[in-house]
Order: sequence, then structure tokens, then C-alpha cells
Amino acid sequence: MASASVANHDTAAHDHHDHEHHDNFVTKYIFTQDHKMIGKQFLITGMFWAIIGGFLSILFRLQLGFPEMDMSFLRPILGGWIDDTGALDPTFYLALVTMHGTIMVFFVLTAGLSGTFSNYLIPLQIGARDMASGFMNMLSYWFFFLSGVIMFISLFIKTGPAGGGWVVYPPLSALEQAIPGSGLGMTLWLVAMTFFIASSLLGGINYITTVINLRTKGMSFSRLPLTIWAFFLTAVIGLLSFPVLFAAALLLVFDRSFGTSFYLSDIYIGGEALPNTGGSPVLYQHLFWFLGHPEVYIVLLPALGITSEVIATNSRKPIFGYKAMIISMLGITILSFIVWAHHMFVSGMNPFLGSIFMFLTLIIAVPSAVKVFNYLTTLWRGNLIFTPGMLFSIGLVSFFISGGLTGIFLGNSAIDIQLHDTYFVVAHFHLVMGSASFFGLMAGVYHWFPKMFGRMMDARLGYVHFWLTFVGVYLVFFPMHYIGIAGFPRRYYSWTNFEFANMYTDLNMFVSVAAIITFAAQFIFIFNFFYSMYRGRKATLNPWRSNTLEWTTPLYPGHGNWPGEIPTVYRWPYDYSKPGAEEDFIPQTVPLSATPESNLPHEQELVKLELEIMKEDEEVLVANESKH
Amino acid sequence: MYGFLIGVGVLLLLSIIWMVYRIQTLVSVVKGSDKKVASGSNKVNAILFVLFLVGSGILMFWYSIKEFDNYQLPIASEHGMVTDQLFWITMAVTGVVFLITHVLLFIFPYKYQYSEKRKASFYPDNNKLEIIWTIVPGIVLAGLVISGWMAWSDITAPAPEEAHVVEIMGYQFAWEVRYPGTDNVLGDYDYRLITASNSHGVDFTDKNSIDDFPSPKVVIPKGEPVLFKIRARDVLHSVFAPHMRLKMDAVPGMPTRFWFVPTKTTAEMREELGDPEFEYEIACTEICGRGHFSMKKVIEVVEPEAYQKWLAEQKSFIQMNPSLAEGLPAETKELAEIQLKK
Repeated sequence: MASASVANHDTAAHDHHDHEHHDNFVTKYIFTQDHKMIGKQFLITGMFWAIIGGFLSILFRLQLGFPEMDMSFLRPILGGWIDDTGALDPTFYLALVTMHGTIMVFFVLTAGLSGTFSNYLIPLQIGARDMASGFMNMLSYWFFFLSGVIMFISLFIKTGPAGGGWVVYPPLSALEQAIPGSGLGMTLWLVAMTFFIASSLLGGINYITTVINLRTKGMSFSRLPLTIWAFFLTAVIGLLSFPVLFAAALLLVFDRSFGTSFYLSDIYIGGEALPNTGGSPVLYQHLFWFLGHPEVYIVLLPALGITSEVIATNSRKPIFGYKAMIISMLGITILSFIVWAHHMFVSGMNPFLGSIFMFLTLIIAVPSAVKVFNYLTTLWRGNLIFTPGMLFSIGLVSFFISGGLTGIFLGNSAIDIQLHDTYFVVAHFHLVMGSASFFGLMAGVYHWFPKMFGRMMDARLGYVHFWLTFVGVYLVFFPMHYIGIAGFPRRYYSWTNFEFANMYTDLNMFVSVAAIITFAAQFIFIFNFFYSMYRGRKATLNPWRSNTLEWTTPLYPGHGNWPGEIPTVYRWPYDYSKPGAEEDFIPQTVPLSATPESNLPHEQELVKLELEIMKEDEEVLVANESKH
Repeated sequence: MYGFLIGVGVLLLLSIIWMVYRIQTLVSVVKGSDKKVASGSNKVNAILFVLFLVGSGILMFWYSIKEFDNYQLPIASEHGMVTDQLFWITMAVTGVVFLITHVLLFIFPYKYQYSEKRKASFYPDNNKLEIIWTIVPGIVLAGLVISGWMAWSDITAPAPEEAHVVEIMGYQFAWEVRYPGTDNVLGDYDYRLITASNSHGVDFTDKNSIDDFPSPKVVIPKGEPVLFKIRARDVLHSVFAPHMRLKMDAVPGMPTRFWFVPTKTTAEMREELGDPEFEYEIACTEICGRGHFSMKKVIEVVEPEAYQKWLAEQKSFIQMNPSLAEGLPAETKELAEIQLKK
């Protein structure tokens, strides 16, 4: 009886739903307000930027691995940046490093990862029709797009893009006399970042509002998938930290264009003494890292959330320590705001501040360690299925461990004296933040591709992609630890000027070759992605036999996600391999009262309550029906 | 020619991948393996994890041991002994964690690979375990932090009174060195006084500056405390002396400092390394523009007696360029003239 009335309602709502939208090409694919399409827009744009960012890194790896190489063949792309002897221009080398960092951190791992999956998954997994504000969501993408266009243009201007490192420390970034990239290139960088910050804030406000307000019936915070917890906390971090970057950038604009002295003091450059006094370059560093460090977690938390979901699903086991995972993410969120100055131990700031930040920094290692142990325990005695998404998730855990442990060296100010700004740091953050987050992104794409496009990606190409990338990433970044311990400084065009660094040419060559292979392997993914989008095997409704809500939608969900009523949630998302249950998964939409054989004692008590609520709901439904 | 060959290679590779891809898709359709929960590749992936663990483990140990003398730079300062010891203690602690977690991470996939006959164990939480692995890392980290903090406090404590002062000024793209002379006090400076003949912007109206002298390299005595006073003239730089385990940013408008005690003379280090060309070097580790990679300065560590002798031989700014003393107030001018007569 109950099911009949629900079914009636379903068809009614479905008809209604179909009449509501008349999408043409522009409103469906370009200025769309559907969170799913916006998520895909972020993904495709992120992939575009990942190729650009990766390509830039190949260019400077060529310089580092093969310093004697004749690069004339690159002249069609790089033009005047390759000089007559076929050597790369040292200024442009710095621009390459800068743009690689900016693009990867902001455009790929922030927008491409958090933008894609927060948009795509939040409404689907909490059971909402769309984001709280579809319009703001659309603006968020188009601000990001605009930001990207401006940054892209800056790559081609005559004086080159910004070249002061992705941290753009003044005075270098403030003075055109110091480096040509600090002219128009830096202006464009600042404008692009302003749009990017606006995009992040619009997105973040939306994610937070949606998670708080639009959860479906029964979806309490303690039943949210860990992905949603991660996206939610990421948005909170972004909302609190991006405005500080904006402030830092704004003051930099004042210093550059309006003659103020926030960051500038006592400078003699290009044969003249500048009038600025009283500013402090260290102030900028404080402001920058107040965003810069939380940014690490902005890119990492979504990846960790995705991994939690993928590992649980493919281990056919509940994630171990669901509450502990949430608490450690909360801990990371809070602590991420009070560790920023560990980037500045030798910046000249008061050493006492260094001691404080060393304590705080090493505390943040504890929740990170808890997460790793929980992942391991989730795998333990599981029934593991190695989908490509699962492989990338395991890869992520490995990078998170390897890169996280080296963070314990760098967070210790005494040890950091030697390691600061050497290749040890490069190895550290590329593993723990770059590669780990990138693997989270990949895991997410492989896992949710069937939902996004209704087709499966090819698993074997996924395996090849995974193994080449996993081994490749280690071959690129593991040797950098040795180079870093030996004291090789970062952002060096060449090391041959120094006796202590005039070695390891073989190792650098090895790293460069590994980087090229790893980069090339990504095209397997690109092929797999676009080919499967049109020619892949048709997906089933729930290909990974997963519990979460997105798999209850139709194969090609329309705008509004569910035809008819949004499903109600009766349990947490991790009821995998529950003793007594016939299948090894019980979706969130299955009431506890329907599974008396597998309910735990405390759940059995909830059944009565659940039945009462269902009865009330039904009365409301019937009442509504009779009004029609 | 190379371009053509590379092009052909890429084309070949792509077509091979394409064929393999098509064949395996067809095979999987024929075998119906696409309907199964976990195909044969599940086992292959599980085995690959173990192979990766063993292979990369062997490679790591082999290379770390073989290359030890190459990447472990010899230490030439007192605090360097302490920070390096901390480094290797941390390496031991994290190394153990690294190995254990990775062995588990890659063995579990092999041991618990999918089987239709088995069901995963429903094991959602265990608060006792969570508390243990919160507290244990907490204690270990506390130990590391406290030892690090003690070392850091000693290193950053104010320099001893008798420390030999050396000023290092970074600019695009080199370092300049100034010694305080016999009074061991550097004269004032002002960036607005910088001219072609006064690149440091030394204020010669300050009495202390009269005996200041420049040096093409940093010369310091072994076994005695040395205080680097560090500043920058244009953009950020960073003084990095790898053998001294010393690093400190040079900031325009905000002088910084780092003191240390060198423990081996250049000659001793040359003998130890069997390299008669060896020099201690300073490099720049804060991005500063086009020539960032070429900001080199040599440090020469000598025996204290040789250092005193070297000090006595040096000529002050004023001695090298008497015109700097022109237009000084009477009192300082007198001092300058005494200098000039030496």
C-alpha cells in the first residue's frame, strides 16, 4: 500500500519535473546551473590545466636533467626564451617554476579537485536537488574560467609570466627592475588570483550552505559519507583563509602601483634608492602562508575524503573509525590555521615564534597518523577489489605516509635550518600534497565516472595508468630526498657554479627521464577518459555496489537528480559485509526495519522509532496526494 | 631527424596501445569477465603491490647505503653536529614507521584480495586502538619536538660577546662582505648613501665605520664563535652555508643574524676529503631573480693565529679610497686620517 502511493507520487513528480526544464545547448553545457554539469566543467578545465602545468614541469626538468641540451627544437613554442645557442633563458626558467606551482596548486588541485567533486558529489550524496544557489555556483565556475584565461594570457606576453616563485614574495614580485616577470606578468597573476579567490569563495559558501541546509530526511551529520565531511571542512578552511590571501595580494597591488610601503623598505636597486621605508617583506610571508598552509589541506582533505569512500567500498568493509576520521579531519582543519610560520623558520622572524610553530606543527602530525592507521585497519581483513579507483587510493595512502613523514623533519626548526628551500622540501610537498591529492583526484574520476557519464572507463588502461604513474612518481620524487639532503637549493637554473652541488648530474637526468615517462603516461588516462565517455561500456546503476545515495539516481540523472521524491536515509553509509546480511552491502536508503537479520542491538532499538517516523511520513504523503 | 624518429616512436606506441586495448576489450566480452565482481587482474594487481614493495625496498636501501658519503655533506660547525644528530634520530624513528606502514599497506592487498567465498569482517571501530595510536605518536613526536626545541633555542640564542662579527650583504646577484675592523663594531649604514664607491652604504660619519673593511671572501677562525650579520640591499636573499648547516634569509629593511662555531679549517677539510680544491661555499636559497643560481661566496676557515694575522693585513674602506673621508665632521675626520697614516 505504502509503496503504491509512493509510486503514484513518483510519476506525478516526474512529469512535473520534465516540464520544468527546457535546456538548450547554452543553458545545458555552458551557463548551466546544474551542479553535475558544473562539476564536469571544473573537471575538464582542471585536466586542461594539469596538462599545461605538467608540460611546464617537463620543460624545466629538461633544463635540470640535460643542462647541455640544445633546446632549439622548442623555439616554435618558446620563441625568444631559447637563446641563439639553444639554451633556456634563466629568467624564463624561474617563470616556468612559478607558473607550474601556481597552476598545479590553484587551478588543478584546488579547482580541479575540490571544485569538481564538491560540486558533483555534495548534492548527490546528501540527497539534494542541487546546490543551495545554482546561480552562484555557475558564477563560481565562470570566475574560475576567467581567472584561467587571464593566467593563460600571461604565459605569452613579451616580458614573460610572473617569475618570483608561486609564493610571489615581495620585494622581488613588487619591483619590475628586479625581474621582468614582475611587470605585466605579475599584474596579470594578481588579477587572475583575485578572480580565483572570488570563485573559491562563491563555491565554498555554496558547499557549506548546501551541506548544512539541504540534507535529505534522515541524513544527519553522523550519517554523512566522509567525502562530504571532507568537502565541508575544505570549504570552511577556504572561506576563512582565501580572504587573507586577497588582503595580501591587495597590499601587494598597492605597493606595486600606488607607492605604498607595506612590504618594501630600504631598497637600492637599478642604481637608485627607492623612497619606501618601514615596510616588511616578512609581513607578506605571514599573510601569504596564513592561506598557503591551509591551502595544503584544501587540496588534501577532499582527496582523503574520496579515498575513504573508495577504500571502504572496495574493501567491502566499513571505514575503520568513522568518528575518529571525522575528529581527525576537524583537528586538521583547526590546526591548519596555526602552523603557517613553519614555512618561515629562517625568514628572520623571532626565533621564539619558531619554537611555538614547531610545537603546533608537530601536533598536526597526530591526526594525520590516525588517518593512516585507520586506512590500514580498513584494508585489514577486507575483501579487496582492485578497481583503478582503489589502486589510486592505496597509492594515495603510500604518498601520504612517505611525504608526511618527511614533514616531521621539516617541521622541526632545528633540522629545517639545513633542509629549508632545498630539494628535500620539493620532494616532501610533491609527495604529500601534490601526488597524494592528484591520486585522490584520479581515484575520484575512476570511481564516479560511471555516474558522471553513464559509462565505464576501461579498467585495464586504468591499471596501466596507475602502475606507470605510481612507480613514476616515486622515481621522480624519491631521489630528490638525496639531492635535498646533499643541500641542492630549489629554483636553481643550474648547480654547476657550486662545488658542493656539482654532482648528481646522473640522478637529475634520471629524475627528468622518469618525469617525462610519467607525464606521457597521463595521456593513457586522457584517452581512456574521452574514449569511454562515448564508447565505454554502459554502466550499471550501481557498478561498485556502493551504499551512498548517488547510486540510487537514474543512469543519466537529470537536473534535480531524482525523478520523484528524494530518497530518505536510514543508516550510515558504511554498512558493508554486515554479519547476517545476504549481500555484502546495504545502501543508505534501506530502512533498518527491512533488515532485522543484520541489525546490531542498538540499531534494533531504533527500528521502532523509524517505523513511527515512516508512518507519519506516509500520512503526510497521502494528505498531499488527496490535495492534487 | 630526431624529431621525426620520436614522432614515429610515439605513433607506434599509440597504435600498439590501441590494439592491445581493443583486443582485451573483445576478449573480456567473450569471456564474460566484465560481469564478474573481480576479474583475474585483481590477482595481478595484488601481486604487483608485493613486487613493488620488495623491489623499491631493495632499491632504496641499496642506493641509500651506496651513496651515503655523497649526500651526507661533512659537518664543519658545532651546532651542525647537533642538528645532524637530530636529523638521523628523526630518520630512524620515521624510517621504522615508514617501513612498517608500507609493509602492511602492500601486504594487505595481497593477503585480503577478493574472494567470493569470503566475506570481509565487519569491524567499524575500536576506541581503544584509536586512543593508542593517538597517544603513541603524540609521545614520540613530543620527544622529537623537545629535543628539536632545545637545539633550536641554543642555536638562536644571542651570540657570545666575543663573537667575531662579519656582515654579509646580499644583492642581485652576489654577496658583499664587511668586517668591523679592530673595534669589532660595524659602523652604521643607510641604503640612501649607496654609491658606486660605497656599495654597502656605510655611514662614515659614524666613528665605528672608520676601521671597517671589505673582503672578497669570508675569512673566519676555527673554534671561535662567529656572528654573521645578514642584510639585503634589493630583494630577499638567503645565506646558505651547507657545510656549516647554516641558513638565514637576508631581508631588505630588517637585518638578521646567525652565529656559529666553525670546527674545521679549509685545509683540514681538504685533507679529510682528499680534495685540494675544496672550498666552503655560501649559496643563495631564496629566489631572487635571474642570477639566483650564481650567488656564490667562499668561506675560508683558518686557525685563530692565521686569522689574527689576516685581520692585521686588511685595508679599511678609507685606506682603499681616501675620498670617502672627504666632507666628514672634524672628529671622525681625525680618526680617518689616523687610519690613512697607518
